[in-house]
Amino acid sequence: MKQVFKRPESMTDKPFHFCPGCHHGIVHRLVAEALDHFNLREKTIGVASVGCSVFLYDYFAVDVIEAPHGRAAAVAAGTKRVLGDNIVFTYQGDGDLAAIGTAEVIHAANRGDNITVIFVNNSIYGMTGGQMAPTTLLGQRSTTSPYGRDNLRDGYPIKMTEMLAALEGPSLVSRVAVNTPGNVKKARKVIRQAFQMQIEGKGFSFVEVLSTCPTNWGMSPQKANERIAEEMIPYFPLGTLKQRDVVDVL
Amino acid sequence: MAKVEIEIERCKGCGLCVEVCPEQVLEIGREINLSGYQYVTVVQAEACIGCCRCAEMCPDTALAVWR
Repeated sequence: MKQVFKRPESMTDKPFHFCPGCHHGIVHRLVAEALDHFNLREKTIGVASVGCSVFLYDYFAVDVIEAPHGRAAAVAAGTKRVLGDNIVFTYQGDGDLAAIGTAEVIHAANRGDNITVIFVNNSIYGMTGGQMAPTTLLGQRSTTSPYGRDNLRDGYPIKMTEMLAALEGPSLVSRVAVNTPGNVKKARKVIRQAFQMQIEGKGFSFVEVLSTCPTNWGMSPQKANERIAEEMIPYFPLGTLKQRDVVDVL
Repeated sequence: MAKVEIEIERCKGCGLCVEVCPEQVLEIGREINLSGYQYVTVVQAEACIGCCRCAEMCPDTALAVWR
């Protein structure tokens, strides 16, 4: 018998601090598998954000920079410009990327900086205790929207993937989910493509991953998985919105 | 012939693997690990087909599969 599934080598042995059923662990694994696939472990620099993803340096066997809240894309863009031979990726949540870091990611994308951004969208502020995030769905209850998000008072959930796909800079803009084994396989492929874009020098690649937060949603991991299919995917449709085949050179 | 192995101390008993297994190989056991979670156990080892669906869904990379 041959081992067909094992822990990726780009991950350390440390057990995750995430809550039971949290999708962060799956996304961490998919990123590590992509690094393994291209044999990038020795030349990768990760940029961690603030939120549940803050302990990236504990779990990845690569060098990691801890960025100030929301600024991961800016830190990564600078890192890539200085250390161009290295592969630079950021791993950010929706409170980080879609709220405080909106400007940073939009300008990194618009400049077409050759970095990879992994955006984990669980539609809530996870680490700080379940407050309403820009991505919180209409009607969703959180600690700061106890009667559900109201579009007249709180506005509409922000669609980062659609926003970035409208720009000229990015080479790959895609949204995936990891709520079923099939979706995990598709997500693996897209995350791999995102790193390939960077290796080939095609510019900014962005992958949004829909994720659960069973603890702050107040659901079992199974129910949270069902919510992804029933509520999140209809509002945040999956798929690749933009993919560039060649490098734009004027 | 296939088998699935569980790293007990990593498992948090979320049960995502139990739900996706097409052959009902796994089950949340009654024992608890050092972190205080009821971890998942193999109840029908011979039924495993090595499809890796459980391992794909495991958020803690606690499962390894041979085939």
